[in-house]
Amino acid sequence: MPKDGGIGASVKRREDVRFLTGKGRYTDDINIRGQLYAFFLRSDVAHGRLKSVDTAAASDMPGVVRIFTAADFAGVGGIPCGWQVTDRFGKVMQEPKHPVLADGKVRHVGDPIAMVVAETLDQARDAAEAIRVEIEELPPVLNMKDALKPDAPKVHDELTSNLCYDWGFVEENREAVAKAFEGAAHHITLDLVNNRLVANPMEPRVAVGDYEDHSGMHTLYTTSQNPHVIRLLMGAFVLGIPESKLRVVAPDVGGGFGSKIYHYAEEAAVTFAAKQVKRPVKWTASRSEAFISDAQGRDHLTRIELALDKDHNFLALRTETHANMGAYLSTFAPSIPTWLHGTLMAGNYKTPLVYVNVKAVFTNTVPVDAYRGAGRPEATYQLERIIDKAARELGVDPVELRRKNFIQPDQFPYQTPVAVVYDTGNYQATMDKLLELSDHAGFAARAEESKKRGRLRGFGIAHYIEACGIAPSNLVGQLGARAGLYESATVRVNATGSITIFTGSHSHGQGHETTFAQVVAEMIGIDASQVEIVHGDTSNSPMGMGTYGSRSLAVGGSAMVKATNKIINKAKKIASHLLEASEQDIEFKDGKFTVAGTDRSKTWVDITLAAYVPHNYPLESLEPGLEETAFYDPSNFTYPAGAYGCELEIDPDTGKVTILAFTAADDFGNVVNPMIVEGQVHGGLAQGIGQAMLENCVFDENGQLLSGSFMDYAMPRADDLPFFKVDHSCITPCTHNPLGVKGCGEAGAIGSPPAVVNAVIDALQRGGYSHIDHIDMPVSPARVWAAMHQR
Amino acid sequence: MHNFDFVKPATLADALAALKSDGAQALSGGQTLIASMKQRLAAPATLVSLTGIPELKGVCIGEGGLHVGAATPHAEVAREAAKHYPALAALAGGIGDPQVRNRGTIGGSIANNDPSACYPAGVLASGATIVTNRRRIAADDYFQGLFTTALHEGEIVTSVVFPIPQKAAYVKFDQPASRFALTGVFVAKTADGVRVAVTGAGGDGVFRWTEAEAALSANFAASAIAGLTVSPDGMIHDLHGTPAYRAHLVKVLTGHAVQAAA
Repeated sequence: MPKDGGIGASVKRREDVRFLTGKGRYTDDINIRGQLYAFFLRSDVAHGRLKSVDTAAASDMPGVVRIFTAADFAGVGGIPCGWQVTDRFGKVMQEPKHPVLADGKVRHVGDPIAMVVAETLDQARDAAEAIRVEIEELPPVLNMKDALKPDAPKVHDELTSNLCYDWGFVEENREAVAKAFEGAAHHITLDLVNNRLVANPMEPRVAVGDYEDHSGMHTLYTTSQNPHVIRLLMGAFVLGIPESKLRVVAPDVGGGFGSKIYHYAEEAAVTFAAKQVKRPVKWTASRSEAFISDAQGRDHLTRIELALDKDHNFLALRTETHANMGAYLSTFAPSIPTWLHGTLMAGNYKTPLVYVNVKAVFTNTVPVDAYRGAGRPEATYQLERIIDKAARELGVDPVELRRKNFIQPDQFPYQTPVAVVYDTGNYQATMDKLLELSDHAGFAARAEESKKRGRLRGFGIAHYIEACGIAPSNLVGQLGARAGLYESATVRVNATGSITIFTGSHSHGQGHETTFAQVVAEMIGIDASQVEIVHGDTSNSPMGMGTYGSRSLAVGGSAMVKATNKIINKAKKIASHLLEASEQDIEFKDGKFTVAGTDRSKTWVDITLAAYVPHNYPLESLEPGLEETAFYDPSNFTYPAGAYGCELEIDPDTGKVTILAFTAADDFGNVVNPMIVEGQVHGGLAQGIGQAMLENCVFDENGQLLSGSFMDYAMPRADDLPFFKVDHSCITPCTHNPLGVKGCGEAGAIGSPPAVVNAVIDALQRGGYSHIDHIDMPVSPARVWAAMHQR
Repeated sequence: MHNFDFVKPATLADALAALKSDGAQALSGGQTLIASMKQRLAAPATLVSLTGIPELKGVCIGEGGLHVGAATPHAEVAREAAKHYPALAALAGGIGDPQVRNRGTIGGSIANNDPSACYPAGVLASGATIVTNRRRIAADDYFQGLFTTALHEGEIVTSVVFPIPQKAAYVKFDQPASRFALTGVFVAKTADGVRVAVTGAGGDGVFRWTEAEAALSANFAASAIAGLTVSPDGMIHDLHGTPAYRAHLVKVLTGHAVQAAA
């Protein structure tokens, strides 16, 4: 019997009632009396010297309250970067200034030059059109390899070049890897592009700044995945506001996918302006603005090489990647192609030697940072593509080549050659499950049937691993993080037994209000309707690090479990007093405290009432009240893994690829709400298939964004996707967090791109197009057709 | 969007009078114009809506074939033309999404003459007549290049008259993002021969593939065009396809359209 509540039950998402009935309260729904509207005048050229910004005429336009330019921000700091990478020579990365508004130069189309604050949005926009900007255009830096040439124009004049860092990992392995390749029986090489993506959450970014003159209190309402981080970065590094005078609220947020982790200039600008003009200031991005101002994802150029011995054991892996940073360093940008990418290059395999080289490059494009998966999809794509290529070149089954090189179930915990230690896993099991669910055995017959209809059918497999629940603060500190990566929770038990939980995790679609309540309800033995989850407001929740990297349940949930255990311990003490029994004799089960071996008991509400109405209470040894806070700092990452299979057909007449079936067999450890997990995988698959087949962010030779709207940027739609077969019955529980959970938010986006591309290549090769061993994403009809006709 | 005045006349005469004022712009379904205004790429002083004029709306059989009022939305054409001219109805039913089909109109589409729009292919392949407030224009004379038509200042399309072919079909290959025609081919067979019109591919907008017309007039079968080639010269090159790919699609889709029509 499936449970109807608690851990393991597919409880319907309580937040959907408000989301689906239009009752959500998003940042744009917040309107404060006296509010003004901000409009940003943005650069329409990719690279240029800002000669003058004349706001005189615009300032006299109707409704204009004030126009801000770089000069107004002379006294404040720049937008900070939250991660410092040290290169392979021991030098710290080149870190350019990132002014709130463009100062001296514009560095990408969309770089904000001025902010007009006016009574209405139209007035602000009208005035922005009247600002006279003189820009001396400079040659834009766009191609990463050209950007590193000695005579290349520089994005940042104060830096020595466009190279942010040249990172090697594991640098000490460099020579050993080279040696392994020299002696290897087989040497496979693949060049590939991980295409740049626009995150495109349904809700564009919004920021409302408010300032209370009498108290000196600033409030920023913003579309953020981590309000506390914004408070820290903006308060401490940009505006110099103590945390006690700055409240950051991220209410309902309509999707983030990473793009709402970062501290953006617009947040600082409206917070700053609200104090200057002594009125609230609101900015709402248009979709067009989101395309040129939200941090984008991926954009790697990679050469990957795999060495194998004569028996097809992997000997060594080597990569060289150029990673696009864009024009400025977004908050966590330097960490994505390095620590979130290089550490995953062992994949699910026993490869003893790995060397990853990453050159991060500045270009005159929109900044790039984490996007669903963040570094891990890039690692998985390279690895799973080259393994497929190796199987083809060696004439072996791609499934068997993987199985042969898998870390075997009895090898955990497994120390990889790329620093991380996998605590647990069983990759043979997920592969078995995939083959079973996708009817891999029946593929040959289905391919025959397709052939009769003139279609090319292919089957592609990928096996991924990711590192989630990022991770011990002391470790990430050593790796260059300028923040800790714990999570917090306060469990406030109310007098009549209901519970309010304040979590530092932030839900922007993940369903925390449902899942977190399920966990605590089960731990206490009360109905989940008695548990309320509060998040997104720095004024009421303890310092939290927010939601990204599939960390909420693994890290935030663990903090909540820890705090709830403290509550249970204290409640037992109260119960032992009321029941006049020793604490060791108190048993707590299903919301009832019982003296072991007797029928004497107290209910949960007896205890909570006693805690707040402490008439009969051990006041000399125990404080009244029932509220506990816990911070949880994980001892390791979690390592979800899974096998994905894509079956598709190609129409050779047009090159059009149609996905017929997609199967995901994931090991997420324990699962709290299977329905939500399934939904997360569906969403991830849609985004991964979107990257593989449709999405592509492209700039022209002048740095203008060609894919600047949904007319040219192809988002996946329901009819682009098959019905998914999703399974999470292979479970190896995480060994180091109390719930044994691993995280499921990004898996779909990580495992699916290589499965799709592998299937496309499989279909083409089976169809006789044996000269095609790779097509870059997105595998659009035009690209497939071009590959078929290029011999 | 800048401020503008809005009038919604009930007769064609009132609409034409309103369009005489400075900065006046006819508005039909607004599927291109409103988006341009929101981006401040267009800023007409007055919008003259054509959608409240009964004489510009509706689908009926009349002299010369199927008459479609210029302000008839795609959804209505899809519904009302189905029994008279199924290929045209199918074309209308495949434009955009339900919202677009219930706002966008045939008159708006062909007055705009987007090189990737569907209707121009249907109008040109059918050898339709574009009726304006001043004259009747043959489709062959009407489409004159990218976003360019034979319409003069102050002239508006009032209806389109489609001779009904014996056989016809429209096949569109979607541009993956916009789902406009990356390339679309409309084939129509009448007693006078076959006409093949191509949208989405030509750098100058919709065009007729005359070699295919000749071959198909002699033998209305996909095999009839097997030996033909389409030159990529002058085809559109963008993110979604090269001229060579589009030229290839013209031939493939023509074959598919013939199969669908036959």
